[in-house]
Amino acid sequence: MNMTLTKEKNSSAIVNGAIQPTALTEKVYETSGLNLWYGENHALKNINLDMHQNEVTAIIGPSGCGKSTYIKTLNRMIELVPDVKTTGQIKYRNRNILDQSYKVEDLRTQVGMVFQKPNPFPKSIYDNVVYGPKIHGIKNKKVLDEIVEKSLKGAAIWDEVKDRLHENAYGLSGGQQQRLCIARCLAIEPDVILMDEPTSALDPISTLKIEELVQELKKDFSIIIVTHNMQQAARISDRTAFFLNGEVIEYANTDTIFSNPDDKRTEDYITGRFG
Amino acid sequence: MKLINKSHVAKRMPVRLAVNTICKGLFFLATLVGLIVLAILFYRIFTQGIGHLNGDFLQNFASRKPEEAGIKAALIGSVWLMAVVAPVSLMLGVGTAIYLEEYARKNWITTFIKVNISNLAGVPSIVFGLLGLTVFVRALALDRSVLAAGLTMSLLVLSVIIVAAQEAIRAVPRDLREASFGMGATKWQTIRKVVLPAAIPGILTGGILALSRAIGETAPLVVVGIPLFIAFLPQTVLDTFTVLPMQIYNWTSRPQEEFQQVAAAGIIVLLILLIVMNSIAVLIRNKFQKRY
Repeated sequence: MNMTLTKEKNSSAIVNGAIQPTALTEKVYETSGLNLWYGENHALKNINLDMHQNEVTAIIGPSGCGKSTYIKTLNRMIELVPDVKTTGQIKYRNRNILDQSYKVEDLRTQVGMVFQKPNPFPKSIYDNVVYGPKIHGIKNKKVLDEIVEKSLKGAAIWDEVKDRLHENAYGLSGGQQQRLCIARCLAIEPDVILMDEPTSALDPISTLKIEELVQELKKDFSIIIVTHNMQQAARISDRTAFFLNGEVIEYANTDTIFSNPDDKRTEDYITGRFG
Repeated sequence: MKLINKSHVAKRMPVRLAVNTICKGLFFLATLVGLIVLAILFYRIFTQGIGHLNGDFLQNFASRKPEEAGIKAALIGSVWLMAVVAPVSLMLGVGTAIYLEEYARKNWITTFIKVNISNLAGVPSIVFGLLGLTVFVRALALDRSVLAAGLTMSLLVLSVIIVAAQEAIRAVPRDLREASFGMGATKWQTIRKVVLPAAIPGILTGGILALSRAIGETAPLVVVGIPLFIAFLPQTVLDTFTVLPMQIYNWTSRPQEEFQQVAAAGIIVLLILLIVMNSIAVLIRNKFQKRY
């Protein structure tokens, strides 16, 4: 990665609990004035959020607060839902992705996604990982083999599956399947990885492995993770956004959010008084 | 205080068990009726027809004399018909299903089209015959050819294939599509690499049912004007021909007793052809399922 862009956690100056990004922190996403409707239902209300390179940004909030909707807007996966309307803009690397001239296929080669439920294809482990590269037209067998090894190593699952790359991915455990899905996502060499509650269907040990993995991955990628597990957000993220009823109530350094939140509702939520 | 009287429950128990046994018996009987009728049918046909079923029967053309009558023209004709119906109906049917399920916007027009495709499956086959006569035989001047009959038959089975393919496509889990889209795949790449491989067993099952119907259907071909008696083989799709059910229908309407046996032999050939078609389809299906 470009060294000058690598973010150092201490370089963000904190004034009044809000983050004043320094020149060193490159923004990957800049959301401004984003509104989203499902039909008549106003699901996201005037969202303003910036996300930074080589950081883990956590999005927390109670069920139905719009956090999943928001992360799905970041790679426009939300368009699969019929009758969705958006206003405002989301800039990814200074280009508005909500502009229809921005092709979703183009965006999603830069922004990978890991889903709530592990969703490997009913194919072999190898074929799962090469799916993305093949879609993008990479045919060279040697290159594909290298991608498979690199991606599986990157997702910390190589040692477990290296002897059975051509076996069905459905034979893996839930936690392994999710790491395979992360490997599949790494295989397209994305810039940003979106994770939509990636551990909600997993046992505690698999969850721990994924959390450790996220810490590893942020060296090379920018990660945005939705989680309903506040401890998880506290453990792995650099910044945390608290969503409630489609609004961003508070967005700050994770330490600040969890030790000294600005808003009463944030405090109530993280101390478990509701949600 | 307990709300459930256990002694009352115990008293009811034998009745409940008896009703269960009676129901099981009734459903078994229902199954048995179908099986017995089928067995009698097979027995009758095989005892009547097996005597006529030999190499000559397969190699001879139709004849006025029952001992010389053969099924060659009809058998080859049926194969020709399938050669037109299978590709035309499958390509149009699966294509339509993909469009309706994957590309078309979900609005009232799409819903209206979908409902009417299902309705088409219930239209009597003779109506399709009239359509074929008007459009293919007369308007397009294809005459009573393999092509005209094949296109008519394709229209007849198209709705069955579309509905089956739609259901198979709809049954592919949404999260697999999302995974594919999430990596920047286009809609077509997703359909080609994820949706179709998962849906192909279901599509083929529907396809087999539809083709089996096409191979046994007679009414539309009567209307189109396919001849009952023919002593040559088609050379191109524009030649005229006859098919197994037409030939069988012809034989059963003859007054001579022997022709009833010839008809039975013809039915055996039709049944075997159906079994072969189904087996091939099952083989293809298994091959696709093993890919996973």
